[in-house]
Amino acid sequence: MSDVTPVDAGLFASLDPPRLLGSRCGECATVVFPTAQSCPRCSRAAMAPHALADRGTVWSWTVQGFCPKPPYVPPVDGFVPFPVGYVDLGEVIVEGHLLVDRALLEIGTPVRLALEPVRTADGDEVVTYAFTLDEEAA
Amino acid sequence: MRPEDVYVVGGGMTAFGRHDGTGLDLAEQAVRGALDDAGVSWADVDFAVGGSNVSGKPDSLVSRLGLTGIAFSTVKNGCATGGVAMATAVSALQAGRADLVAVVGFDKHERGAFAADAAAYGLGSWYATTGMMVTTQYFAMKTRRYQHEHGISDRTLARISARAFRNGEAHPLAWRRAPLTEEEVLAAAPVNEPLTQYMFCQPSQGAVALVLARGDRAGDLCDTPVRLAAVTQRTRRFGSFEVFSPWLSHDPWNSPSVDAAAAAFAEAGLSPADVQVAQLQDTDSGSEMIHLAETGLCKHGEQEQLLAEGATDVDGALPVNTDGGCLANGEPVGASGLRQVHEVVRQLQGRAPGRQVPGGPRVGFTHVYGAPGLSACAVLTV
Ligand SMILES: [Zn+2]
Repeated sequence: MSDVTPVDAGLFASLDPPRLLGSRCGECATVVFPTAQSCPRCSRAAMAPHALADRGTVWSWTVQGFCPKPPYVPPVDGFVPFPVGYVDLGEVIVEGHLLVDRALLEIGTPVRLALEPVRTADGDEVVTYAFTLDEEAA
Repeated sequence: MRPEDVYVVGGGMTAFGRHDGTGLDLAEQAVRGALDDAGVSWADVDFAVGGSNVSGKPDSLVSRLGLTGIAFSTVKNGCATGGVAMATAVSALQAGRADLVAVVGFDKHERGAFAADAAAYGLGSWYATTGMMVTTQYFAMKTRRYQHEHGISDRTLARISARAFRNGEAHPLAWRRAPLTEEEVLAAAPVNEPLTQYMFCQPSQGAVALVLARGDRAGDLCDTPVRLAAVTQRTRRFGSFEVFSPWLSHDPWNSPSVDAAAAAFAEAGLSPADVQVAQLQDTDSGSEMIHLAETGLCKHGEQEQLLAEGATDVDGALPVNTDGGCLANGEPVGASGLRQVHEVVRQLQGRAPGRQVPGGPRVGFTHVYGAPGLSACAVLTV
């Protein structure tokens, strides 16, 4: 995993194992993702880097049924509808791709963080974050 | 009629849908229609406010309407542009800085979902590259969570669309004029589950203009002036669920629509129960469902029963989107909020172009909501 390139290095606290990097407010404990300089709740600039939990449950979801406009880059073999959702990680709810079979998706489905290969507009192969079924919790 | 109150004394609008002319052509047509309706000329107007998201500089309309030297403010607030334009006009009238104000909103969008620029929303390019900067995803996920929390069926979402297209069928200026059954709505392509193709509005083209005056003149300009009893706008507070959000806080239902509606009713000295005809932002049928409760017109979860009973039909207890709303008209972003006001004005005057609410409604309400989290509401009375 050490040779992969993230779609945006600022999203990750680590790639192996994958952990997302957010910010936590030292004044009011609000957690945001990605990182931010100031707190959207209390407006103070007291944010510190904060690795997010890597397990959670689906809070809401949909299936992206049509190919989004550029700069979205569809897979080499063409667009296929993909599930996307919000995952409740405890301190914060994070939006991401859901690498979960449509039939298993419902609000409350346990998921864990994973990496997903995607392409950039320049054709580079990079990884983004996604959530897969958490077999241990399921 | 108190002299300091503000009234709509004229309205004009183009048909919504697809047009050959430019956005500015449509805007000019709407303004001329509104001036004719009020029986005034452009030279009588001493302040103007205009809004367009993508279709030209509103203040350049003066070169078509007349170079009279008046102040002309431009607003640009996404889907809430029309509401903000009207609020700006009302402020000028109430402050005594203007006596007769023209408000115009217009847009001419191309086909397909709205494209958005990540950087313009303060987001990294990764968010768009990975296919998450899609407005319809947001509407779908907000709808699904709301359904889960409040026990709303997909059937209710279909009922909202079917009613919108029924109302559009009868409206001479609406774009979608073919009625659809609930089954057809449910069976349509799943754009973003649980929302199907016919549960989403589409970008369209059109323009709307209004002429506003204070109470000391309104009676001379219009047989049935409609009072703007309140016009409010609010942006989001912490903990709201907005489009293009990589993250949410828990229980994210602190919507600007709640705040804008509550402020409007307080300012008007009326309550949601007084409303006899309403226009709600229906970018999709899920949004209308949520906005029904956020504006106070019903309780959370009550939509299931209201839609089943036909309460939001034109002849129901709470007629909603009597011209077919965004679902039947599409959304020319800059014009949409003023279309709502135009429709409610005509309903309260008893001369609705489409289906007229029976019984002489006297209190109307409008609500727009736009990215990235603002709402504008109005209470109108006769
Ligand atoms: Zn804080």
